[in-house]
Amino acid sequence: MGSASSCRYASWLLLLCSPLALAAAEPAVTGAEGGTAVHWEAWHAGNSVEDTESLQRGARNFMNYCNGCHSLKYMRYQRMADDMRIPTSVLNANLVAPGSNNLDYISTSMPAADAAVWFGKTPPDLSLIARSRSPDYIYQFLKSFYSDPSRPTRSDNLAYPLTAMPAVLSDLEGVKAAVFREVKSGSGGNAVTEKVFDHFETLSPGNLTPEQYDGFVRDIVNFLDYVGDPAQVERRSIGLWVVLFLLLLSAFAWTLKKEYWKDVH
Amino acid sequence: MTPDVLNKPGYRAPAKGGIWGWINQRLPVDSFLRSQLLDYYAPKNFNIWYFFGSLALLVLVMQLLTGIFLTMYYKVGAATAFDSVEFIMREVPYGWLIRYLHSTGASAFFLVIYLHMYRALLYGSYKAPRELLWLFGMIIYLALMAEAFLGYVLPWGNMSFWAATVIINLFGTIPFIGPGLVEWIRGDYGIADATLNRFFSLHVVAVPLVLLLLVALHLVALHEVGSNNPDGIEIKAKKDAKGHPLDGIPFHPYYTVKDIVGVCVFLTAMAIVVFFVPTFGDLFLEKANFEPANPLSTPDPISPSWYFTPYYAILRAVPNQRLGALLMLIAVVSFFFLPWLDRSPVRSIRYRNLISKVFLALFTISFLALMYLGLMPAQEPYVTIARIFAVPYFAFFWLMPFYSRMGTVKPVPERVTYHG
Repeated sequence: MGSASSCRYASWLLLLCSPLALAAAEPAVTGAEGGTAVHWEAWHAGNSVEDTESLQRGARNFMNYCNGCHSLKYMRYQRMADDMRIPTSVLNANLVAPGSNNLDYISTSMPAADAAVWFGKTPPDLSLIARSRSPDYIYQFLKSFYSDPSRPTRSDNLAYPLTAMPAVLSDLEGVKAAVFREVKSGSGGNAVTEKVFDHFETLSPGNLTPEQYDGFVRDIVNFLDYVGDPAQVERRSIGLWVVLFLLLLSAFAWTLKKEYWKDVH
Repeated sequence: MTPDVLNKPGYRAPAKGGIWGWINQRLPVDSFLRSQLLDYYAPKNFNIWYFFGSLALLVLVMQLLTGIFLTMYYKVGAATAFDSVEFIMREVPYGWLIRYLHSTGASAFFLVIYLHMYRALLYGSYKAPRELLWLFGMIIYLALMAEAFLGYVLPWGNMSFWAATVIINLFGTIPFIGPGLVEWIRGDYGIADATLNRFFSLHVVAVPLVLLLLVALHLVALHEVGSNNPDGIEIKAKKDAKGHPLDGIPFHPYYTVKDIVGVCVFLTAMAIVVFFVPTFGDLFLEKANFEPANPLSTPDPISPSWYFTPYYAILRAVPNQRLGALLMLIAVVSFFFLPWLDRSPVRSIRYRNLISKVFLALFTISFLALMYLGLMPAQEPYVTIARIFAVPYFAFFWLMPFYSRMGTVKPVPERVTYHG
């Protein structure tokens, strides 16, 4: 259960209807089926931090594709390896950046000051991105880049419009164009025409199939969900026993109370 | 041994052997516990509403203990605070548990306090002779609001920063001294390092001391006048030959064992939140507070924690900021006047006139509605709906002198209603 699903559970507890529950059932439509509107806002990451293999793949993907610009400054390599059952030898050989050791925090080799000049802003640290936004947001962000030649990066994003981040995963995903339709609202002098996203069209395919790319992104999201709150798996497994113990204690306390109160009339 | 003898000044416990006897001849531990627990008679008809006083005490102790441990690792300062909280969450063994207990405890505190206060509204517990007990309780509530607000700023997340900005700016609406006062509170021209440092000092030293003193006074006042009960009648009016109230039972063991049940159930609920939904869907820990404080980026919308939102909704319902702040202040302070606004001849809602029941029901709905509206963005239709609900909120208090004595009340029983 990821933190997104925890949030959903809480909302459910609060008797608020959850739009995410509907989103889970929504098929992730991509590609060039013209006429079928794509509701990217409803895309649901569907990741699980209990899935250690997915976390391992996510860590690999992150180190290969994200870590060049983004740090995880609150996360140590070794903590990550321990939680994901990655042997230290494998960790050191494949994941620890040159110049770092396994006890270091995960930094990036990109100098912050240079990055600010190159991109307009320093790429943010991603330790808490899954908590300050949500796993679903990261999923939507990584899947909604589209070609826009008017932008300095020649791409834009639906989840985070005007993002400074280039479409770095386009060799895997392929390049898409976004098709917008015009929606008129209001009437007379108040008439407004809005450009509303309708669907994507594939301009050139990537090295991964859409299903493979979904999995690739989901693993990264899962990894970042874990990094946002690394104790969450342990927390839930301890929690189960704590709650069971307290329920048992409540039952004993109740019988003790009944016994004492027998003589109150 | 009767309690009257024990309570006489100059009474000394009979000489007993051992360390216990030695201590008791020098410190009245035995007679104090006896008078406050064994010989303190509480009405036997307490219902579920009577759990929340002892639970509030439990949460207070829990917040103090977890707070002590958090303070061992928390590093006050604008440059270090946010990082140190993440250090607690990740590197301190079971730091996440202590932190989630403390953050959940803050919300739990307000939940039990609100239910505790609502009990007093239901059964007229603020009425004579319990006015001072009520006032101490209300000052505790104010101190708790201050404590929660100060603590909310400490993680130095973006919502911490902007909540502090909004709340402290409210003091700026005070005529003449406002702007200077705001600067004096902040210790800088904006919310900054100096503000964080003093908020830390107030959160961990000043306000907890005040809280503890007030809780002690609250309990002394309670044991002086005795507890009210769901029937709102005085149990001391009918006593047996020994001078004990006929409808009273010794607090220990009866209410100690009963409160243990409440404690266990409460801790179970608390554990479910702490271990499974610590952010409680953005209500207990907001997303925006996982970003460091950033004076250049305003979270959208800025909303206070759920326990402040009824007042926040009232603040925003008024177009004029100064008037809004004043109305918000009145919304909080109105509770203080209840003992004197209430002119009903009976205490408990069970025997009050119909219109009092209607007003209490409307107040309950309004409070919950305003709580929800305060979490919504400051736009239509929320603002207009908040204005509508503000009316019954204030009417409950300020029309009380009139509606509380209208019509007829039901006859009050001689003895408490108890179905053992």
